[in-house]
Formats: sequence, C-alpha cells, structure tokens
Amino acid sequence: MNHLLTTEGLDRASIESLLDDADEFAEVLTRPIPKVPALRGKTIAMMFFEASTRTRLSFEKAAKALSADTMSFSPGTSSLSKGESLRDTVLTVRAMGVDLMVVRHKATGAPWRLAEWLDIPIVNGGDGAHQHPTQALLDCLTIRQRFGTLDGLHIAIVGDVKHSRVARSDIYAMATLGADVTLVGPPTLLPVDLEGWPVKTTSDLDGVLSSVDVVYLLRVQTERGGASVFPSLAEYATRFGMSSERFARLSDDAIVLHPGPMNRGVEIGYDVADDERALILNQVSNGVATRMSVLFRLLGGDSDA
Amino acid sequence: MRQVMSSEDLGRVVRRIAHEIVERNQGVANVLILGIPTRGRPFADRVAEALTDIEGEPVVAGSLDIGMYRDDLDTRPRTRIGPTDIPKPIDGADVVLVDDVLFTGRTIRAALDALADLGRPATVQLAVIVDRGHRQLPVRADFVGKNIPTSVTEHVSVRMQPIDDEDGVWIGSESDA
Repeated sequence: MNHLLTTEGLDRASIESLLDDADEFAEVLTRPIPKVPALRGKTIAMMFFEASTRTRLSFEKAAKALSADTMSFSPGTSSLSKGESLRDTVLTVRAMGVDLMVVRHKATGAPWRLAEWLDIPIVNGGDGAHQHPTQALLDCLTIRQRFGTLDGLHIAIVGDVKHSRVARSDIYAMATLGADVTLVGPPTLLPVDLEGWPVKTTSDLDGVLSSVDVVYLLRVQTERGGASVFPSLAEYATRFGMSSERFARLSDDAIVLHPGPMNRGVEIGYDVADDERALILNQVSNGVATRMSVLFRLLGGDSDA
Repeated sequence: MRQVMSSEDLGRVVRRIAHEIVERNQGVANVLILGIPTRGRPFADRVAEALTDIEGEPVVAGSLDIGMYRDDLDTRPRTRIGPTDIPKPIDGADVVLVDDVLFTGRTIRAALDALADLGRPATVQLAVIVDRGHRQLPVRADFVGKNIPTSVTEHVSVRMQPIDDEDGVWIGSESDA
C-alpha cells in the first residue's frame, strides 16, 4: 500500500490488517503515556484545502501519538489566496521536507493528482462528495469492536447518500467485510446510477428498522445543497430522522453511528444521540487509533511485507 | 534444517528457568512475566505455568509488543503489531522479559523503551530459550535455555505450540529459511 485514497478496491485482508493494528493502537491511547516512538523523525503535513475540525485534529493527534512532527496548512491564510496553483503549493511544502501528506479538498480526485505529482504517500482526508477512507475504516472498527465481525450484519446508511463521501467510502469497506448494506433516503438524495454498487436501496426507513444491526445516520449537508432537495428539515426529520420512537423499534443490540457533526433534532433525535447504543464518541476515539494504523502502515517500514 | 532442541529439551528448559526465576526473586509475589510476541508469548505462558506449579500461587503472563519501538522500521520488512497486555502494575514489579531467541539485542533495547513508557519496574530481567550470540548492543540474558554458537547467516527457528504445530528448535542456513 503506497497511498490511502479510496476504499474502493481495497481487499479484505488489507482492511482487516489495518483494523487489527488499529485495535493495538487503541490500547496505546489508553496508556499513562499515550505515545510511541514509531514515526520519530517523520514529518506529516495536513493539507486541508477545505474546512475541517475533527478530521484534522484527529490526524494531528494520531501523528503526534506516533511521535511524528506535524505541519498544518489552512487555505485562508496561504498563498493560494495570492493565486498560487495547487500543484505549486504542494510541491513547495514537499520541498520543505515532508514524508506524508493528508489532503482534504472540495474537488473530487484532488488526492489522486497529489499522488501523481509527489513522491510521498498521500492520505485522502476527504475529496468532495467522493471518498473519505479513514472515516470508513474507523466506522468498520467501531462496528467490529461491538459485534466481533461485519460478516452477515445488516447495515442501513440513512440520508443524503448522494452528497456523502462518508457513505461512498463506507459502502465499499462494509461490503468488502461481508455486511449487507441498504441505502435509505428520499430518491432525490440517493445517487441516480447505482450500477455496480454492492447495495440495496429503499425510501422506507420504518420498513428496515426491525432487521438492521447498524443504523448509520448521515448528516444533512446544507453546504453541499443537501437541504434544497426536500421540502423542509422538519419533514426530513419526520421521514428519515432517528427519533426516540424509531430507536425503540430497533433490535436490542442494534447500534447507531454518525460521522459528525450532528444536527440534533434533524437526522438524530436529541435523546438518541446520548444513548449508550449511539457509539458516536467511540467513533471519534477510534478515529485516532485508525489514523495511527494508516500512518504507520504507510511510513513504518517496508509497505510490501 | 538441523534440530538442536527437542520438545523434551524445551520442557526441561522451561522448568529450570522457572526455578531460577524463583531463586533469584525469592518467590514470585513481585514477579511479572512479559512475553515478547510472537514466540516469546507461548514461552512466557509456559514459564508462568511452571511458576504456578512450583510456588502454588497463580502466576499470569502478559505480552509486551515492541513493533512500535523498533529502531530499524525503515530498513526491515514490516512486521505485524502484536498485542500488549499487562496483567498487573509494572511500577515496582520485578519484570522478567521473555523472548525466544537473543541475537543482536535490538529487540530487547526496544522492549526496555516500551517498558519505560508503561511504568517503572524495580528490576528488569531477561529469559530466552536460545542465545545465539552476535550482539550489537550491551545486552545479556539472566536466564538462558541454551547457548548455541551460530554464524550470522544461519537462521534459528524456534517452534512452539499453539502458534506452530510442534515444539523444538532448528538451525538452518539462509537458503533453508
């Protein structure tokens, strides 16, 4: 593995070994000194051309827990605002002595371009509505910790799949690990062409509640035009929100996940978000361990072994 | 591959080292046995079992993985990260690190770094099944199953159930490995 750009095409053994390592890194994070010297002397640049709080902080914490040095880039204060091209910007940062870049960009495919231009590993921290592979891995880790495996689990991904890079990454990772994935949402928020996707679809959330093991709630993304394709947030909440009433109809061991940031009262009920079966904060903690696993895999020794 | 220790030899080594650990530490009350994955772990479990037999009080072994502490991550093939589980507090304990083969000493250096991050033991001792020489660091074992002179190019293979399907120690030239 030379880069982590997408979960599409990642084989089962690769995903499982990343999750296995992530479980061990999760143990490191519980120690009195939650830090190991594995990537001492490496420099990791966080190239976030699009706003991000949790993903950037999570990658920074992961890098620091591995003793790597980090550099952060934010577009507002950079020479991008002086008209420098993306290519010149990343070549400049690379020339400072950077061993890996985490990139987030609003344009689909930007991380692939960086992988062509640069001779260092690139991790996709989210590109447009396309892919967000570390989110999918941490979601799979959270589910695996709860159920032991994803094999045979029924997972419903609910909401704005069309604009969601989280959903696109999750679908491939979850299906590769053996889960049955059903996309649930209004037809206007499901992708038009699902040819080749390993999923079923429905617009009837209530119809799948009793049979799902995992409900994955997507954020209503007002910034990507998600709110303009249904009449109102209240109507969305009524049809697709995980209210307390719907939550009560899930099976006793079903869990609820959400990639954050949550719109309480829209896609997730106020009380549901705080239930012990809503593992949203576990996802956040697992995010750090998962990103440690990815950074270690790409920088910690021979990647072919 | 030439066999240099049988399953019976291995059993005798475990019992002798267990007795030596009891003697050195005047019992096992303060002893913490930590195996270094992969094959240090089954060896640690057997030593703990022998200590339990000898002293009549339960001794449980743990694991200390050093995959995140190696100083040669850039040059050697990537190994899997193993589990770290420490069954009782390290602070003030007499820690016995347990590994299968002592060679360059770099694994043990890494293990000492890992231990220092986890706590402050009273003492750290080292038990190995085979000491094959060729140290690159000032490291020595307190308890040695067998000293086996080797050439650097030879390969020492310790096999132990349940990881392997048989017990014993073999030596081969690099071409056998």
